[in-house]
Amino acid sequence: MTNLRNDDNDRMDGLTESIFSQRSKKRKLQRILLYLAVILICICILAPYIWLIISSLSYRVDLTAIPLHWIPKKINVENYRQIFLSTADSSSPNHDLRYGFLNSLIIAGSSTLICLFAGTFAAYAFTRLNFKGKKSFYLLILITQFLPLAVLIIPIYIIMKDLGLLNTRLALILANCSFILPLMVWLMRSYFTSVPKDLEEVARIDGCSRFGTIFRIIIPLSTPGLAACGIFAFIIAWNEFFTAFILSSTLNSKTISVLLSEYSSKVGIDYVAMASAGVVASLPPVIMALVFQKYIVQGLTGGAVKG
Amino acid sequence: MSKIPRPHQSLMERPGILAFILLLPTAIIIFGLLVFPMCSSLAISLTKMDLLNPASAKEFVGLGNYIEALKNPMFWMTFGKTWYFALLTVSIETALGLSIALILNQNFKGRGFVRGLIILPWALPYVVNGIMWKWIFDANYGAFNALLNQIGLLKSYQIWLGNPIAAFHIVIFANIWKETPVAILLILAALQSVPKELYEAATVDGATGLQCLRKVVIPMLKPVIMVVLVLKTIWALKEFDLIYVMTKGGPADATNVLTYYIYQNTFKFLKFGYGSALAYILTLAATILVMVYVKNLLTEQELES
Repeated sequence: MTNLRNDDNDRMDGLTESIFSQRSKKRKLQRILLYLAVILICICILAPYIWLIISSLSYRVDLTAIPLHWIPKKINVENYRQIFLSTADSSSPNHDLRYGFLNSLIIAGSSTLICLFAGTFAAYAFTRLNFKGKKSFYLLILITQFLPLAVLIIPIYIIMKDLGLLNTRLALILANCSFILPLMVWLMRSYFTSVPKDLEEVARIDGCSRFGTIFRIIIPLSTPGLAACGIFAFIIAWNEFFTAFILSSTLNSKTISVLLSEYSSKVGIDYVAMASAGVVASLPPVIMALVFQKYIVQGLTGGAVKG
Repeated sequence: MSKIPRPHQSLMERPGILAFILLLPTAIIIFGLLVFPMCSSLAISLTKMDLLNPASAKEFVGLGNYIEALKNPMFWMTFGKTWYFALLTVSIETALGLSIALILNQNFKGRGFVRGLIILPWALPYVVNGIMWKWIFDANYGAFNALLNQIGLLKSYQIWLGNPIAAFHIVIFANIWKETPVAILLILAALQSVPKELYEAATVDGATGLQCLRKVVIPMLKPVIMVVLVLKTIWALKEFDLIYVMTKGGPADATNVLTYYIYQNTFKFLKFGYGSALAYILTLAATILVMVYVKNLLTEQELES
């Protein structure tokens, strides 16, 4: 009789049939509700972003029509063309965006590399070495992760100003490191803990130095972890706005987010241009996140819910 | 372990020295860009520093800036708004995150696809999220007005972001849309670690789905829900990007939260001393939550080993 709960209810006798048909009816209803809920979730997630994409491909006529044309009558790719191909004397508001794109790419890429490099070494020291002040330094790194940027940005602004680094990419790279590195150390440490110690011991007996074991054993064995951290760091750095906004006022170092924020302040916004700029700014992180979603989920959950 | 012969017993092989070398890059960044600025900020907050007047940096006022803040009704208004924003977004995000995670934990076709999709709002840059919602709630051509108008709920287009109460809640809504995925993913990860036998045992004992949820699943999820609540509150206290892009603190200071108020005072009015004091008050509020997090929610393992 305990088998009654199994899904396999093909061979049931007459007595239980009516109970089962009721139960399967209820189950069917539950399935329908489940699928409705899933569809609703998908719509809520996709609809706003798809509307941004549709807007970016529309002509102003369709977007400003009342009632609104949800599906544009004609596709407009002019704005995308202007972002990447327009000539220097173009008056399009999207003209400068390519510099922002390049700045974002360089800044996010460099901060990721620096944080991976420094983070790997630090995480190794925290997992495998015993030294004075280990616990307090680790706790310090953990806590700094949560400091509000608002309290750091004022002195960082003054330091960068004194060093003549305002409006340089270097300033933004350094500022990014300040909040990505603690996260990297934290995440990478959990990957290193999962690398078996024996392998390292064997290599050390065979005459491998500590640095050798880091490069020949630890790093190769935690490549998936490093990749996850790298992608995670890149997306965070790409999406960062506050420090970039405070530290840069010229095209030398303005990131794509900073340029994009300026659209919202302009009078008489060109909606199509703004939408296409928004889509371009979001494509790198969105594509990376969708392609490497498994890694991102590891990164997001690994740090916060270890144990 | 110490019996193992060390072939390279050079200077570099001593744990202390090696640790020093390995930690040097991190230490430079942590002390240079976090610890030093924190201390420097404290020093600035005790002066009347004003960028327009260089001599002011040396004018020591003690706790003057803090007292000025605590006496200023504007500070209390932004402080209240910050907490309203944090509590509302965090509670809705957690409830929504839990419900959606429970749905996505069921078996259905295309589950992998939907779970992958969840990450989209998280990956969107903050500024893109801001302009996207600003455009949707646009007074003249926004999709929200058009939608309500076409299904007959709204006769004439409304200036949503021009209404103080509506504007604040639209910003809150935009934040919830972007931040809920993290809650979903965290809870989903924890759900997968709930042992299957627990469900089975409960079902055999005759528990209904809802009872199962209340008596088995929720207690198992309690730690992760606490993590979500505390972490999200810390993040919500710092919200700036959405507000800058969508409303610039307006209309009539309706969306002026503490971080935006700090930005205004520091980088618009150039009152660095006062701004630093405000930032320190914010940090204090966040630190209390961080302490709760570190003390209660991090496992001993995480700190020891």
